Amino acid sequence: METYFWAFVVGGLICVAGQLMIDVARLTPAHTMTILVVAGAVLAGLDLYQPLVDFAGAGATVPITSFGNALTQGALSEARHFGLTGILTGIFEVTSAGISAAIIFGFLAALFFKPKG
Amino acid sequence: MSDQKKKKLTPVQQEYQAFARRSEPGRPVLLNSVRAFLAGGVICLLGQFVQDFFLWNFDFTEKTAGNPTVAVMILLSVILTVSGVYDHIAQWAGAGTAVPVTGFANSIASAALEHRTEGFVLGVGGNMFKLAGSVIAFGVFAAFAVALARTLLARLGGS
Repeated sequence: METYFWAFVVGGLICVAGQLMIDVARLTPAHTMTILVVAGAVLAGLDLYQPLVDFAGAGATVPITSFGNALTQGALSEARHFGLTGILTGIFEVTSAGISAAIIFGFLAALFFKPKG
Repeated sequence: MSDQKKKKLTPVQQEYQAFARRSEPGRPVLLNSVRAFLAGGVICLLGQFVQDFFLWNFDFTEKTAGNPTVAVMILLSVILTVSGVYDHIAQWAGAGTAVPVTGFANSIASAALEHRTEGFVLGVGGNMFKLAGSVIAFGVFAAFAVALARTLLARLGGS
């Protein structure tokens, strides 16, 4: 039960951070997403993102920061086994599911549906 | 706007910029933040339910349950995008629907749908990553730089 509470709170807070970047810092949503992804990648490099995932579960894995985290984690784990080339082969190791799913479902959507409104 | 850009403008343009900024209606920062918090929280809560569903009912571990969870969240997001519901929620929730991975999927699906009339290769294929592209490009480069730095530091440290 506790996991659900922290998933809600942490996930909500990351979205508030994004909202503040849009409203207060006057960034475009695209800039905001980009900053959050880079933040996730850097936090992963400092070993700070995994503790947040352990603590908040989906609250940390569903926001886009987790995409940056997964990119770095994949690169690091392959680099540990295969050296520097591992960085190149490992970057999409973990994020493959997310990117592939988004492309495939997005493509199917365009095949079978027309835009609404 | 940066100061450097400002210098290139003529005085009249600068005056207009200042005028435009004064007349811009203030943004309800607190209200927007509360909405983003609620919407983002609910989406992550939903993600937690989906993840636990996979953990309990199939042979997934904490680590591997992330993949089907993300796939399901993305599928839901694309379905809501196609039916036009996601846009309505997004107008209310702001960053609350943009920051979760569902927002990433929404940007791909809506760009694909929107450019359908330009054909499948130039329209759908070419524009799918219009918004998501910068997220992937910057994410990949940041991950590359971070992983390279860590790998080289580990080598130097002899570990």
